[in-house]
Amino acid sequence: MKYVDDFREAEVCLAMARRINAAAADRSYRIMEVCGTHTAAIRRFGIPAMLSSRIRLISGPGCPVCVTSDAYLRNAFRMAADKNVTIATYPDMLRVPAGGISLQDLKAKGADVRAVNSALEVLEIARGSKDRMVVFLAVGFETTAPATGILVQRAYREKIKNVKVYSAHKTIPPALMSLGKDRALCLDGFLLPGHVSVVIGVEGYRRLMRSLRLPAVITGFEPLDILSAIGIIVDAARHRKVVLENGYGRVVSPGGNPKAKALLKEVFTSKDSLWRGLGVIPGSGLFLRKPYDSLDARRVFGLKEEAGYQAQGSGCRCAGVLTGKIEPVACRHFGKQCTPQRPLGPCMVSREGTCRAFFETL
Amino acid sequence: MTQRLIREVFASAFDNVYLRKLDDASVVGLRKGRYAMTTDSFVVDPIFFPGGDIGKLAVCGTVNDLASCAAEPRYLSASFVIEEGLPFDVLESVVSSMAQEARQQRVLIITGDTKVVPRGKADKLFINTTGIGLVHKTLEASMIRPGDKILINGPVAQHGVSVLAARQEFEGRESLKSDCKSLWPIVKLLLQEHVDVRFMRDPTRGGVSAAANEIAQSSGFSLVLAEQDIPVTASCKSFCEILGLEPLDIANEGKMLFFMGEKDAYRALRILKSVPSCRRASVIGDVLPERTGKVYLRTAAGGSRILGMPVAEALPRIC
Repeated sequence: MKYVDDFREAEVCLAMARRINAAAADRSYRIMEVCGTHTAAIRRFGIPAMLSSRIRLISGPGCPVCVTSDAYLRNAFRMAADKNVTIATYPDMLRVPAGGISLQDLKAKGADVRAVNSALEVLEIARGSKDRMVVFLAVGFETTAPATGILVQRAYREKIKNVKVYSAHKTIPPALMSLGKDRALCLDGFLLPGHVSVVIGVEGYRRLMRSLRLPAVITGFEPLDILSAIGIIVDAARHRKVVLENGYGRVVSPGGNPKAKALLKEVFTSKDSLWRGLGVIPGSGLFLRKPYDSLDARRVFGLKEEAGYQAQGSGCRCAGVLTGKIEPVACRHFGKQCTPQRPLGPCMVSREGTCRAFFETL
Repeated sequence: MTQRLIREVFASAFDNVYLRKLDDASVVGLRKGRYAMTTDSFVVDPIFFPGGDIGKLAVCGTVNDLASCAAEPRYLSASFVIEEGLPFDVLESVVSSMAQEARQQRVLIITGDTKVVPRGKADKLFINTTGIGLVHKTLEASMIRPGDKILINGPVAQHGVSVLAARQEFEGRESLKSDCKSLWPIVKLLLQEHVDVRFMRDPTRGGVSAAANEIAQSSGFSLVLAEQDIPVTASCKSFCEILGLEPLDIANEGKMLFFMGEKDAYRALRILKSVPSCRRASVIGDVLPERTGKVYLRTAAGGSRILGMPVAEALPRIC
């Protein structure tokens, strides 16, 4: 624990917080953390309590299951209802509701829905049930997409015909572009996600940040990581400087992970993708490219996602939470009808979800 | 078959004058006073884990529920639901660890029951124990006062972590021992030393977070805990860190949260620290004057947040 505890020392953290508070004496600063794990860490370590109210930390769309659209979920439910289909996906996806139901509900009613912790488990499931179509609901950002890439390559090479992939993989830089340009948010900077950056490296943000002209720092998940990144952003914003810094050098390299990047390039192609709350973001979706698109569930099942589609009637305000427009407490269902045990919306499901992070620490 | 089981395994291991009669019910005389009664079923998976097994747990769990009411455990009942095909030596070893724990705590197992169910209708072995104990001091959450201190008798999260590591055959699981232990001896010690304990609660399922939230709600006062002062062993801490678990949310089976006035608290701390198993006892928090029933955590990193009730999904079959 030595290299963990060093980043949690109260004296050092508080000294850093005091320095930030002094620097932010002139005005308020709005900083968005895009990664769900950052949201959870910020709340877990009680960082808002260390900082003055002038530092506003805004949670962005960094939780994979949260940004997955209702239209995608509705398609998943439709496939799950097919008696010849097995659905495999990450555990959190089972509990995400749309229109009052979730995959877990369908499972209880007899649908074959399996939770997997690794994309490669899908191969085992497919080998074990040759007469069924196994559809992998592939969600997540640059972090989980390479694992899906390996699954796709192996299924293709080994000619495992009953594996299909329904990709909702998304990339972070296009979302940053959309958020950074949003005047209503008036952001002063971004805390860039640690895990995504391991894959895409500092290079992955270079072009984007040049056009956005906002300070941004790649950040780890310990309190000292987060505080020092906030410090850099406040200093830069105060002096109207544009910086792109790597504050997580112990795992993130400038060029990222070349193997993972090559794999993404080989298996996926970028197209427009529908995000909950953010709408369609150009070039933000990872779709299977030729020749792997023979495994694409969209083709096999003729799936379409209509941008306008939203599950009716729940009154859930996750869309506002995901874009940093409201805090979870502003939703009238928060902590009442909507709890981690019975989530009304996706942000209350996952540990990375903003509503759940607030629920557990508020 | 069941007859033989009862005679050869249970009656001989738990042997006492009441059980020897093998009557339908045991008749005991109780001296005048107030008695506490509690029951608990144990379904832990796996049934053996570093630091204990389902038998020891079944005695300790019920003894500890009594102890948290300042009740001296006197008599226990023990019921077994056994899956057909459970190896005889497994049952024997569980029963003998139950008998050993009961003997050490001077509590008599005076009645019991055994059912064998077909394979697959139960998982190996389930045990229910009911306990009855003589109350030495009346404790209520309403006796908690602002300014009171909160004590714990040692490191948290050991039981839950041990069971989880054993279940997943986690490498290095042997170093993650459960804290499964009867708490009556230390409660008795504090009462004998006239420590004015106002309230106690053993933080089992849901860990310290759940217990603290329940007490905050029933007393009406808010509590504040200092993360820095809550003991966690290095191996538990690493395990939780790797798996993303919160040690404060994880079950204990040999821990007690004590509430008492400041003076008593530091005296109790000295007394506890003289007991080998409680060397890492610590004052971990305070009762606040505000009447909102919340639990605050001063984080080790120097921040502050609400410590919420743990979300239910955590870990099934931990005890």
